[in-house]
Amino acid sequence: MSRKPLVRECPPTTWYFRQPRYLRYMSREITSIFIAAYCVLLVVGLQRLSQGPAAWEGFLLALRGPDSIVFHLLALTAAFYHATTWFNATQKAMPIQIGEGFVPGNIISGAHYAAWAVLSVAILFLAGVF
Amino acid sequence: MAKSHKPVVWFPFAAGGTVIAFFIPVIVLLTFLAALGHVPAGLGYESMHAFARSGLGKLIIFGVVALSLWSSAHRLRCTCYDFGLRADTLVATVLYVAAIIGSIAAALFLLRI
Amino acid sequence: MTTPLKERLVQLEVLRYNPDTDTEAHFQRYEVVCQEEWVVLDALNKVKADIDPTLNYRWSCHMAVCGSCGMMINGEPKLSCHAFLRSYEGVIRVEPLAHFPIERDLVTAPDDFMEKLKRVKPYVISKQKKPIEEGEHKQTPAQLMKFRQYSMCINCMLCYAACPEYGLEPEFIGPAALTLAHRYNLDSRDGGRKERQEVAATLEGVWTCTFVGACSEVCPAHVDPASALQQMKITSSIDWIVEHLIPGGKS
Repeated sequence: MSRKPLVRECPPTTWYFRQPRYLRYMSREITSIFIAAYCVLLVVGLQRLSQGPAAWEGFLLALRGPDSIVFHLLALTAAFYHATTWFNATQKAMPIQIGEGFVPGNIISGAHYAAWAVLSVAILFLAGVF
Repeated sequence: MAKSHKPVVWFPFAAGGTVIAFFIPVIVLLTFLAALGHVPAGLGYESMHAFARSGLGKLIIFGVVALSLWSSAHRLRCTCYDFGLRADTLVATVLYVAAIIGSIAAALFLLRI
Repeated sequence: MTTPLKERLVQLEVLRYNPDTDTEAHFQRYEVVCQEEWVVLDALNKVKADIDPTLNYRWSCHMAVCGSCGMMINGEPKLSCHAFLRSYEGVIRVEPLAHFPIERDLVTAPDDFMEKLKRVKPYVISKQKKPIEEGEHKQTPAQLMKFRQYSMCINCMLCYAACPEYGLEPEFIGPAALTLAHRYNLDSRDGGRKERQEVAATLEGVWTCTFVGACSEVCPAHVDPASALQQMKITSSIDWIVEHLIPGGKS
């Protein structure tokens, strides 16, 4: 009996509509667009800082406005989403075995979340937010 | 097929992903406050300049900016492929070069401070 | 006293393909009276027994152990013996596993997976030859636990049907095979990691994975291939550093 298997191609530009989890994955990947854009803003900020007080004040002033607020909200969402997916993945990438058992994954991810919270609060404090 | 040199780009991606997760949300929050018109005291010229003048400050700023740039460039490369853009070598070259230029610019600005 | 089983009229939409006559696959609708407690595989068996004996599909154990009845059920890779009718409403769409060529109806051609499985050498490659008189290769429970989870794979290929990177890049060695490589790499009796890395640490090995994580979500045996591949990326990166950046590190 001869074989004639039917090959079905995975649609290269629309495959992520096939399952909700693919959309979740793509939204994680798309965070990189906003993070990259925000990094560019950071580099511009460094340039202004190197140009002296007037340039820096101008930079801070230029940050104000509705466009900037929208951009920041997008970047903030992207950064938080990235952080949660990243910390959730730590337990998969770095399991810790003690004797015959493994440290529960939630503890590994939880430790990362705790460190993240402490670090963030410390930076906010050092920046004089409170 | 030979063993891949992908670790060269993946290791800094992984390091950058960690840096983004720990540092970028709070940094965005700080400039977001500035965007709302409430500039935190620490973002004033004197304190930012003092921080960026110190060796440790330079190192931290450069590390955060360069690794975050690299990590998002690498992820963008994969995203382009996932969206069906198959010119991977071109996409990778453009994005990695952009990340490197951004990092060099950041280093030069830091050295001037 | 036993409660009478509840009956339900189930509508199945099954993808059909006959290699002798068809050039395309098409859906065929079946209406079949089922018991509420049944799984999709039971419904297919009923169809084959009472309505259409030409329907082809694979199954064997009916208890999520053999791994042969994997199908796409409403677009999700599932073992059909593990997909309860009560979890579905309306028409249930049954298709062969995605990303594999269709042999006939719901039967797919697993040749590519089988070939990849062989390439990763999924067996213990002894560290040193030991004569039988010297006794068995001993392993502590802790050493066993290190890889046990990754040894639970039933080769059902649901992870390949779930992995978009395998669909887009058929050269990808894929979740199950790479996870088995990891399983043997982690085995205290094994000395074959270097050989396997020649396959696993390549572009079509772990480096095609972008950590979508779908493999782990659909795995009926909770093997978590995504975690195995992430760990392999880290160890492969450390290998690379040792081989290229540390003088005399070329092993």
